[in-house]
Amino acid sequence: MNLHEYQGKALFREYGLPVSTGVACDTKEEVLAAAKKIGGDAWVIKAQVHAGGRGKAGGVKLVKTETEIREFCDRHIGTRLVTYQTDANGQPVSKILIEACVGIASELYLGAVIDRSTRRIVFMASTEGGVEIEKVAQETPEKILKAAIDPLVGPQPNQGRQLAFKLGLDPVQIKQFTQVFLGLANLFEDKDVSLIEVNPLVITEDGDLLCLDAKVVIDSNAIYRHADLLAMRDPSQEDEREAIAAKWDLNYVALDGNIGCMVNGAGLAMGTMDTVKLYGGAPANFLDVGGGATKERVAEAFKLILSDSNVNAVLVNIFGGIVRCDMIAEGIIGAVEEVGVEVPVVVRLEGTNADKGAEILDQSDLNIIAGSSLGDAAKKVVAAAGGGS
Amino acid sequence: MSILIDKHTRVICQGFTGKNGTFHSEQAIAYGTQMVGGVTPGKGGTEHLGLPVFDTVADAVTATGADASVIYVPAPFVMDSIMEAVGAGIRIIVCVTEGVPTLDMLKCKIACDNAGVVLIGPNCPGVITPDECKIGIMPGHIHKKGRVGIVSRSGTLTYEAVKQTTDTGFGQSTCVGIGGDPIPGSNFIDILALFEEDPETEAIVMIGEIGGTAEEEAAEFIKKHVTKPVVSYIAGATAPPGKRMGHAGAIISGGKGTADEKFKALEAAGVKVTRNLAEIGETLKEATGW
Repeated sequence: MNLHEYQGKALFREYGLPVSTGVACDTKEEVLAAAKKIGGDAWVIKAQVHAGGRGKAGGVKLVKTETEIREFCDRHIGTRLVTYQTDANGQPVSKILIEACVGIASELYLGAVIDRSTRRIVFMASTEGGVEIEKVAQETPEKILKAAIDPLVGPQPNQGRQLAFKLGLDPVQIKQFTQVFLGLANLFEDKDVSLIEVNPLVITEDGDLLCLDAKVVIDSNAIYRHADLLAMRDPSQEDEREAIAAKWDLNYVALDGNIGCMVNGAGLAMGTMDTVKLYGGAPANFLDVGGGATKERVAEAFKLILSDSNVNAVLVNIFGGIVRCDMIAEGIIGAVEEVGVEVPVVVRLEGTNADKGAEILDQSDLNIIAGSSLGDAAKKVVAAAGGGS
Repeated sequence: MSILIDKHTRVICQGFTGKNGTFHSEQAIAYGTQMVGGVTPGKGGTEHLGLPVFDTVADAVTATGADASVIYVPAPFVMDSIMEAVGAGIRIIVCVTEGVPTLDMLKCKIACDNAGVVLIGPNCPGVITPDECKIGIMPGHIHKKGRVGIVSRSGTLTYEAVKQTTDTGFGQSTCVGIGGDPIPGSNFIDILALFEEDPETEAIVMIGEIGGTAEEEAAEFIKKHVTKPVVSYIAGATAPPGKRMGHAGAIISGGKGTADEKFKALEAAGVKVTRNLAEIGETLKEATGW
């Protein structure tokens, strides 16, 4: 689950990390009032969306006058911001963060993830802040410093100091950096974070460290033990169909092809998409109905697939383990009766009760094309969707 | 021979009397798995599915001599259940439950390693040695005793590979679903090493998916240590970056973890890869000459 920058910074404050004075606002009037309250003669205003690349897309601006603030708010509040990390529709902007402006001497990077290979929380720090860290990692990997947290003893000050020395900081900054490092590491563990990034972590003109941005991603699996974080969820930032899917315990990811896919199991769902592509088609979605699929959930899944107007053929690929194929067949029939399906549907059923499932579909008067194997079904659905792309 | 489990494995179930524990224990018993009991705190002394129920894993181990445990408890209780099994001296733990917090697994993994306990999962279909022992949720009837070892990050994709190796008549020595989470109890390398040493396993099918670098690390290991033919398929070639494809571990981030990179690493290690999921069986024929 992603947090907004202003939510991340609220957590930072809780952990004693240095952040600018700022206010998250819903309206232009609130932003103007906040500017007065913060004081000074320049502010940074930032559109709050779950995506990076806001600066380049015009979603972050240094403003010095009321007119500039009004212009920015009018342009962004209630509209959608498109960045290189969003799709063509962009993300809706409903909150604006306004902060005091600070003079910047230099920009660092500090971030942490769970490293799968070493099975540790690993911090990464770099003098190359403010830019895409992936690029730095690829082109100049030696510029990325690392520190792994021992799960038993937790983060230690010496780790922060070591990073700070290598970053070339002065004695006061080394102390500040160590506090930032320890704060972030404790936040990571306490809040079940899966990714945290301060990019940039700046050194101000006064020589102090300041967290200028905050990217925090929470482990969705752990959200059940963090009611405070769950309250920060912003459904408006999530794809509408993906949100409906989540409500029904379905895993759905929208893609831009024309062949709808309904599969049980995440791996097989990916494998099915790949097979469709291999035979010249373009999958419209990833959809995993899960191991405990019920008739109702299958029907909802079908409706979801068909709500995408690009879909002109559907492939159902079920390998019944716990899921019984006869139950899936009934779900398909239920969905077709309820929503009316005008596109061709290719069905491949395998595993538990596959014969029974095929029989049920046979006896219905639906226009369903049977696939005998995955390869066969993929070929048939590509043909039904109008041939290869 | 086989790996991890066989007809002598004595299995208990944690979360025995719950819906999933009940259903899959029934299936396991019907398959011929030596289920010897189950654990549900507060229900010790009763009987369920004709087997004794215990309050603690330690009680169950003392009374039944169990050496394997399968966990079906809800995600918030998984860490506690794994630690209880470790403390009771269980040799192999199979955790089927999905949705376990990643930081919990960081700690459990260390505890299991320190105690010398094998942990399979979480978020996995389990382990099966055909005709001997089935621990997990896989449909038993699609398997056939034979000579191919299968290891996979995905449940239903494993079934697909199982079906194709059954259809071609090769059968399976043992099938291990290591699970789709970022921090699995056992990884590809752990299982590949066991298959390499197992005389009954003559070839290996390894099924990976996008995200992380486990397949690349496995490729390195295969190059150095595996002499048996290995066939591999990676799911997710069409997955867009930044989107979690169902499994918590299946996400391409920062341009890393793509199917293409994995295919390349495996090919470079001498693995026979197929980009067509429907042709695992055929590829296996080519790789082995069977």
